[in-house]
Amino acid sequence: MRVKVDSAKCDGFGTCAAHAPDVFKLDEWGYAYVEGDASVPAGQEDLARRAIVDCPVHAILELS
Amino acid sequence: MNVGVYPGITPRLLTTRGEREDLAAYRAAGGYAPGLEGDELIEATDLAELRGRGGAGFPMGVKLRSIADRPAPRFAVANGEEGEPAAFKDRWLLRMRPHLVLDGLLRSCRATGVTDAYVYVSDSQSAASVRDAIDELGETDVALRVFEVDPAYVAGEATSVVRAINGGPAKPTDKPPLPFDRGVQDSTTLISNVETLANMPFIAVRGPDEYRQLGEGHSLGTGTLLMTISGAVDRPGLYEVPFGGELGPTLDLVAGIAPGARGYIMGGFFAGLANRRADEFVISYDAMRAEGSGLGCAAIVVLGPDDCPVSTAADVATYLAHENARQCGACINGTPAMAAVIRGLAAGGVTDEDLEKLDRWSHSLRGRGACGLLDAVCNVAATLKRDFPDELQAHRDGGCALCLSRPHGEAQASSRYALAWDSLFEHAMER
Repeated sequence: MRVKVDSAKCDGFGTCAAHAPDVFKLDEWGYAYVEGDASVPAGQEDLARRAIVDCPVHAILELS
Repeated sequence: MNVGVYPGITPRLLTTRGEREDLAAYRAAGGYAPGLEGDELIEATDLAELRGRGGAGFPMGVKLRSIADRPAPRFAVANGEEGEPAAFKDRWLLRMRPHLVLDGLLRSCRATGVTDAYVYVSDSQSAASVRDAIDELGETDVALRVFEVDPAYVAGEATSVVRAINGGPAKPTDKPPLPFDRGVQDSTTLISNVETLANMPFIAVRGPDEYRQLGEGHSLGTGTLLMTISGAVDRPGLYEVPFGGELGPTLDLVAGIAPGARGYIMGGFFAGLANRRADEFVISYDAMRAEGSGLGCAAIVVLGPDDCPVSTAADVATYLAHENARQCGACINGTPAMAAVIRGLAAGGVTDEDLEKLDRWSHSLRGRGACGLLDAVCNVAATLKRDFPDELQAHRDGGCALCLSRPHGEAQASSRYALAWDSLFEHAMER
């Protein structure tokens, strides 16, 4: 599973990092990003999906 | 503005006649002549190894095929917005040789099954020139129209182009999707820089072998490119040069580099600064990327002996920060923050902690924006540190010798590159 934060949509709510802190990091201004090649670590998929669903501005997409 | 050609080559893109080429003149010079079509033209574009001239250097043949392989309806955009401040090649082509661009656009559309095409510009003179050219052509099998937007650094980004034509602001969107997948009216869209398109008639009519006769032997780029050369040179202007030569000798030959020049602003503003080691860079997208620099849209500003690299970096970073589209959090916050540190450095008033932050941001923020503007500021910061470490340290300690020699011993507030780049070239064109 690979995910991406849409940089232009993210408003820095931080919900994703609260749900899946091993997947989503927040920069010093509170905006989310995914490190490395966008891969979700094994076992974190459900948390990542929760983050996608709960993002208030729908800024996270699952890459096919 | 000087318009010139590298000695010993026959120009393919420039004319030095100094007036707009109308339909009759273009036809008389062999324009709109029969040539390769369809898949044969796409294959010839592959063999010619034509690379996109907008800045990224993407293979044009690959782009054409990706459009042709997708279902109709298909659209095309000739992108002449040219947001890079130090560049003046696309506007020159559209103002002076609009039919060369339209010829390339029409051939590309027919080869890929595109039925609707736009010429996307912000320069009103370019728009008028292209409208006149479309009128001169009369009825064409591909619908041609001009689309005008307000000028901005990010307005020529491919996703900005799509968004503007679809009725939104001329601001980038994050990828995916890319325009070849989903562009104008959510359909596959060929977006190509106008200089790239201006190479297509040569490939169609004369063939890839003849196209490759210039630039070949280096495997680093084929054909010719337009370079906009400004700053500390004897003859600032627009020059057509072959790929594959070394940067310093090429610039010196066509434009005359000022004695004591200290380096360059590279790739428009995208690739940051470079010191004189860049003289040995080969003029090629891949070779410059491998050197940690970039050819970009081939606009090069030469820094003279009286130009402080730190002050120049401050002005370039400040310009870019002002041009941020205010969409991505990392860019909204990161570009002014980085610009502020470099400005503080130019004024001789930053701490080591500030510089550590700048260094960290220049790495951690890379790739975080929807478009390349944030990366451009990262490049300014990173290349200043890499190529001008002595000047950077001198400014950390209060100011470089050049800046301290300015009136009142104050650090230079801004470089001469703080002036409006566009107006510099507009005035040059009017003369």
